[in-house]
Amino acid sequence: MDVRAQVTTVFHLDKCIGCHTCSIACKNIWTDREGTEYMWWNNVETKPGTGYPTKWEDQSKYNGGWERTKNGKLRLKSTSKKSIPFNIFHNPNLPTLDDYYEPWTYKYEDLFNAPEQSSQVTAMPKSLITGEIIEHIKSGPNWDDDLSGSPIYAENDPNLSAVSDDIRKQMFAVERLAFFYFPRICNHCLNPACVASCPSGALYKRGEDGIVLLNQERCRAWRSCISACPYKKTYYNWSTGKSEKCILCFPRIESGQAPACMHSCVGRIRYIGMTLYDADRIVEVANLDDNQLAEGMRSLILDPRDPEVIEAAQRNGVHDSVIEAAQNSPSYKFIKTWKLALPPHPEFRTLPMLWYVPPLSPVLASLDTGKVSNSTDELFESVEKFRMPISYLANLLSGGNEGLIRYSLKKMLAVRMLQRHKTVGDIERGTVDKMLKEADTTEREATEIYRLTSLATFDERFSIPPAHREEAIESVGVVQEHKASAGFGFKFAPRRGL
Amino acid sequence: MLDTMMKLFFAVLPYVALMTFFLGTIYRYRARTFSYSSLSSQFLENRQQFWGSVPFHYGILFVLAGHIVGFLVPRSILWWNSVPLRLYILETSAFIGGLCALTGIIILMYRRLTNSKVAKVTSPMDWIVLAMLAAQIGTGLYTAIFHNWGSSWYSASLVPYLWSIATFSPDTAAVMVMPWAVKFHIWGAFALIALFPFTRLVHILVIPNPYLWRKPQVVIWNWDRHTIRQRDY
Ligand code: HEM
Ligand code: SF4
Ligand code: SF4
Repeated sequence: MDVRAQVTTVFHLDKCIGCHTCSIACKNIWTDREGTEYMWWNNVETKPGTGYPTKWEDQSKYNGGWERTKNGKLRLKSTSKKSIPFNIFHNPNLPTLDDYYEPWTYKYEDLFNAPEQSSQVTAMPKSLITGEIIEHIKSGPNWDDDLSGSPIYAENDPNLSAVSDDIRKQMFAVERLAFFYFPRICNHCLNPACVASCPSGALYKRGEDGIVLLNQERCRAWRSCISACPYKKTYYNWSTGKSEKCILCFPRIESGQAPACMHSCVGRIRYIGMTLYDADRIVEVANLDDNQLAEGMRSLILDPRDPEVIEAAQRNGVHDSVIEAAQNSPSYKFIKTWKLALPPHPEFRTLPMLWYVPPLSPVLASLDTGKVSNSTDELFESVEKFRMPISYLANLLSGGNEGLIRYSLKKMLAVRMLQRHKTVGDIERGTVDKMLKEADTTEREATEIYRLTSLATFDERFSIPPAHREEAIESVGVVQEHKASAGFGFKFAPRRGL
Repeated sequence: MLDTMMKLFFAVLPYVALMTFFLGTIYRYRARTFSYSSLSSQFLENRQQFWGSVPFHYGILFVLAGHIVGFLVPRSILWWNSVPLRLYILETSAFIGGLCALTGIIILMYRRLTNSKVAKVTSPMDWIVLAMLAAQIGTGLYTAIFHNWGSSWYSASLVPYLWSIATFSPDTAAVMVMPWAVKFHIWGAFALIALFPFTRLVHILVIPNPYLWRKPQVVIWNWDRHTIRQRDY
C-alpha cells in the first residue's frame, strides 16, 4: 500500500445556477494577460452542449487520454513515446484557435471619439491577437450557453451517442427541453495524461497534495500536454510560447483559503477536501473496463480512520495534519460514504479527482394533476422518466454504468422527500421510510446529506490542511536565489524568448 | 590584401563564433531558462505549419546529420563513395534533403508574411534566422549542382580544415581555393553559430531525449517526506 494524499473536489451539479462567477473569479486572478485571454481554467458548460473547446469530449477528434493496448498496458492516445519523434514538428492532435475562439475586445474609444453623425455609434469588436477588426464573431466563451435543443450545439453533444434515438427525440421535444450546468476545472488526476505526455518533463504532481502543476521554466512548447489531456485543461499561451494550466490556486490553498472559483461560488456547489489513496493500484484501476472504472476509482480512496491506512500514510511522509484533514473531508463523504459523487468521463482513464453529484433538477409534480405523487413506485419511476435521461448522465459521469447514476439519483430523491415530509408535510411518513430503505439510506444519513448539501458553512465545505511551507525544501535552500524574484519565482518577467 | 583578409576571416571568425555560442547559450540557459522554447505557432495556424515545418525539419536534420557524420568519420564517407552507385545514392538523398528544407522554409516564410496572427508573434530575429537559413540552404544546393560530388571533397578537403579549427591550429590552405559559393556557405555557418544564442534556434539544444526513457508520471515533493515525520510539532 503506497498511501498518498490528494486534494479532491466535489461539484454538486444539482446546485449550480450557471452564473459563471467562478469563471470570472479565476480569470481576474490568473488569466487576464496577453496570450491567456482565451484560457478558461474554470468554465461552465451547458449540457447537453458541445462544450469548450468545441466537442472536447469527442476523442475521435482530439485523441486525448489513455487507451488500453492488447498486452494490458496503457498508452497515450495522442503522443506515445514511439510517435513523439514524428509528431514533435507538427502535432497532429493539437486543437487550434478555431476550436476555441479568437479573443476580442471592443473599440470603446470610438464611442467617445466618433464625429457627430446621424446613426448610432457602435464599438466594433477587435481581435486581441492581431488588433484587427473582427467583422463577424463566430464563437466565444460560453457560446452555447443555455442553448439546449439547438441543432447546432446541443444535438452535437458527444455524450448523446449512448442515448437511444427514442429518448433523444424526447429530450429535444420542445415541451421537454431541459439542461443543466457542468462547471469544469482541471481534475488534478491520479494518472494525468498531461504529465505523462510532456517530453520535457515540465509537468508534475505535487507529492503533498497531488496538485498537478506545469513548470513554465521547463516547458519548451512541444505542446504534447494539450493534446494528451482529454479534458482540454492545459492551454497554450501563444504569446509567451509556454503552456499553462489550472493551478488549483495553490498559493491560496497553502494559506488555508479555498481556490478562488470555489470561494466565490454562488450556488455553494463546491467542496474540497483531502483524501488518502493507494498509489500502488493506480495502473490496475486505470486498466478496468469502462463501466467498472467509477467503482474502481472509489476503491482507490482509502478510509482515513483505518489504523492501517494511517500508519501507511505516516510511513510515506504524509503529515498528521493532512491525515486529520482527510478525516474531516466533505469529499470523502460524497464519494465514499454516501456514494453520491461520480467521476467525469472515467473512460478517459486519467482517474480525475474532481467528482460530480449528478443533477436531480426536474420538478416532480406530474403535468396532469400539478401535484406531487404519493407512492414510492411512482416517485422512483420518475427517476427513469427524468428529462435528463439516465443513459446520458451515465455517459458523462460513470463510463456508461447506469446503475451508479440510478443509485445516486434515488438517494438524492429520498433525501428530498424526507425533507419535504418534514417541512411541507404532503408526503406520508410510511412512503418516506420505504423510499429511504429502497435508496439504501437511513434517516440519519439522509439528514446528514441534507445538511452538507444545503446548510454547510464555509469550513464544512472546505477542509484544507496547512501547507507546511516552513518545511519546504526551498526554504532551506539558497536564499539569494529567490531574493528579488517576482511573483511565483520568476526573476525576470516571463516574456517570449527571442 | 584580399587574401590575408580572407585568411584571417577563416582562421579567426570560427573562434569568435564558437565563443559566443558557448558563452551565450550557457548564460542564457542559466539566467533566462524561461526563454528556451521552440516558440511553436501551430496553435495560431495549423495547415501551412504542417507543410512548412515538417519538410523543413526532416530535410535540415538529415543534411545537418550528414555534415556531422562527415566531420566525425570522413574516411568512412570516402570509403562509401568509392563505389559510384553508392556515391550517387548519397548525393541524391542529400540533395532531396536540401530541397525538402528549401521548400519547407519557403512555406514557413510565406506563412509568416501572410498570416496576420503568425505575424503578430514574429520577431525581427525570426526573420534574420529564416533569411540566414534560407541563404545557407541556397548556397548548399547551388554547390551541389555546380560543384559536383561535395560529399567526397567535403570529407577530403574541408573536414581537415574543420579539424584544424577544432584542434586550435587553423590551417586555411584548403578553404582558400574553394569556389565562392562554398566560402559563403562556410561564413554563413559560422555566422549562424555566432548568432545562435540570440535566436529561437536554442530549441535544438533542449530537445527532449530523456522522455524516451523516463517514467510516465512525475511526482515532486515540496517537503522532505522522510524528515517531516521525524519532527515534533
Ligand atoms: C530534433 C531537433 C529539432 C526539434 C525537435 C525541433 C522542433 C521544433 C519545433 C517544435 C518548432 C516549432 C514549430 C511550430 O511552429 O509549431 C520548431 C521551429 C523551428 N525550428 Fe526546429 N527543431 C529541431 C531542429 C531544428 C534545426 C536543426 C533547425 C535549423 C538549423 C531548426 C530550425 C527551426 C526554425 C527556423 C523554426 C521556426 C519555424 C517557423 O518559422 O515557424 N530546428 N522546431
Ligand atoms: S484534467 Fe487534464 S490537465 Fe488536469 S491533471 Fe488531468 S490530464 Fe492533466
Ligand atoms: S459560481 Fe458556482 S453556481 Fe455559479 S456557475 Fe460557477 S459553479 Fe455554478
